[in-house]
Amino acid sequence: MEKVKQKDLILYSGLIILGLAAPYLFSAFKVQLTYLCVLIVLAMTWNLQGGEMGYNTFGNILFYGLGMYLTASVQVGMFFPLAEWTESGGEKTFVHTTAQYFQGIGVGLLVSAIVPAVIAGAIGYAILGLRGHYFAICTLGLGIAAGEIAGGIEIIGAGQGFTTPPFPAEIVDTEARGKFFYFLSFALLVGTFIFVKYIYGSRFKLILNAIRDNEDKAEAMGIQTMKYKIVGWMCSAFFCGLAGGIMGGLIGYIDSTDVAFDGREMGVFMVLMAILGGKGTLWGPVIGATLFHFFKEGLWTLILGWQYVALGVLIVVIVVYFPEGLMGWLREKYPERFGEVIDEKDRKAQVELK
Amino acid sequence: MDFLIFKAPMLMVQASLDGILLGILFALIAYGMALQWGVMNIINIAQGDLVILGGYIAYTIYLWGIHPAWGVIISPIIMFFVGWGLYKLVINKVVDRDLFISILATFGIAIVFQQLMNFIFGADVVVAQSEYGTTMLFDNSVTLPNSKIFSAFISVLYAVALVIYMKKSRLGRAIRATAQNARAAKILGVDTEKVYAATFGINAALCGIAGALISITLTLHPYVGLPYTVRSFMIVIVAGLGNLPAVAVSGMGLGLFEEFADYILGTEFRIGAVFLLLVLILVYRRFKLSKKREYLK
Repeated sequence: MEKVKQKDLILYSGLIILGLAAPYLFSAFKVQLTYLCVLIVLAMTWNLQGGEMGYNTFGNILFYGLGMYLTASVQVGMFFPLAEWTESGGEKTFVHTTAQYFQGIGVGLLVSAIVPAVIAGAIGYAILGLRGHYFAICTLGLGIAAGEIAGGIEIIGAGQGFTTPPFPAEIVDTEARGKFFYFLSFALLVGTFIFVKYIYGSRFKLILNAIRDNEDKAEAMGIQTMKYKIVGWMCSAFFCGLAGGIMGGLIGYIDSTDVAFDGREMGVFMVLMAILGGKGTLWGPVIGATLFHFFKEGLWTLILGWQYVALGVLIVVIVVYFPEGLMGWLREKYPERFGEVIDEKDRKAQVELK
Repeated sequence: MDFLIFKAPMLMVQASLDGILLGILFALIAYGMALQWGVMNIINIAQGDLVILGGYIAYTIYLWGIHPAWGVIISPIIMFFVGWGLYKLVINKVVDRDLFISILATFGIAIVFQQLMNFIFGADVVVAQSEYGTTMLFDNSVTLPNSKIFSAFISVLYAVALVIYMKKSRLGRAIRATAQNARAAKILGVDTEKVYAATFGINAALCGIAGALISITLTLHPYVGLPYTVRSFMIVIVAGLGNLPAVAVSGMGLGLFEEFADYILGTEFRIGAVFLLLVLILVYRRFKLSKKREYLK
């Protein structure tokens, strides 16, 4: 037992050092690395729903987009009139000072974490009463409705989009912006990982699994399933909101359907990454997101114009032929490594039955 | 936001007629959805994209100089084979699996379709001119394009024909038997694999008809498929599987809702209202069922 812990310690400290050193080692890829961190966060939080709780949601994009709009709105609204900013390129008339910028984004991120979590809690009772594919379709509708409605609201830029405050010009270091967003997202990733890891060692995870495996029985055992489902969704919403807030600042421009409530890209990516890595595992989404990101960045430029076709084909192939994901495949191959004890006799009997 | 509609009663008539005629079209798509859902237990997210593809087929023959109304015959024939091919390629691998797998897989198909249509037909909003003119009612205060009347008429015609076909023909009986109990049907000699392929083909053909009608009454664009999927899903969950009159009624209800939402909330919120209605309907049904300690299955 002691030995395993030591191994883990080496692994984690190695990863953290790698993460801290990455922007200096791969200086040209800071934006990509930030994307990677955000993607991993999204995949891990999706996994809490889809993998552990068995509620396959397309709706986490709702919290991501909300976080994006909230961070930017708070960051602007704290110091300048929001309506004038969005109406005619306010970033040209109003300029954030360095202090204002960082204060704004700090408060904005705080709001973008809390408000989506509160909203998840508020709508959770209604939405999480649906099961299976009804839940999936309902959350899909929720995400798209949010995008369409955000595209009609004037104060946040409506159809023409919302330019987030530019990084303060007083900071002369050209690398500073990239580093700032990278470390922000890396901190979020570490925080999310610690949180999810904590959940994985807790009773809460077992309850979520019970809900996934048989909700009625879980309820019959005296678990208040609805309470746990809502809490689980709120946790996801919290981190998705933060991820959205960081992404909004990084991209610098928020469009209602193409950037914020981007069900066609981010909304599908998070599901795909979690499934690719293997849902219901701690490391699956991390590995899946990393693989997916490398694949995407490597291929996207080669097949310019065809990337969505490739994405669609990829979804079909992964879902149809590879639904257990990488971790599931490894688990099948090396069950001992996952701490599963296999009775030889039982296995033989299974083979004979087939 | 202005409430012009409540000041001018004629607008109300206009919206109602538009909504009902549109709703009949939605009901046709929803019928296809109900068919495949009932028989194969698949939720097809690509339904709307099949509709749009059918529309583009009609638009293509319009570009060749043939009247687009012929699309209602040509488009379903082509779409039947598209559906058949799609079944053989992908759908047959997800039939017996978890519904979420089919949702995701058809989501992937939808993305591929959207992008391919974008390449082939371009990203412009197009419409095929039927040049049927318009009918004026009530002293010219209500205008009704004849193409909409034509589309509603054709939808009803095809729906009735399909119902009769499902009742009388051998294949129709095989499809209904498979829907009731696939295993028993198999034992009794029904080639279920073929039945599934035919069902998916018929569904795609229905989408083709609807698409051809949409190409002359509304507009086409490669990325507007998903709202049609959601509309048909909504109609099916309200009406239930295999209840055709209810499908027609709830289709018209949805059409009415949309037209009124368009006038009252503004066109920019129209699609948003559709998706929000889906959420509200599901939540309403969930609360209604939870009183009996049940849930939507």
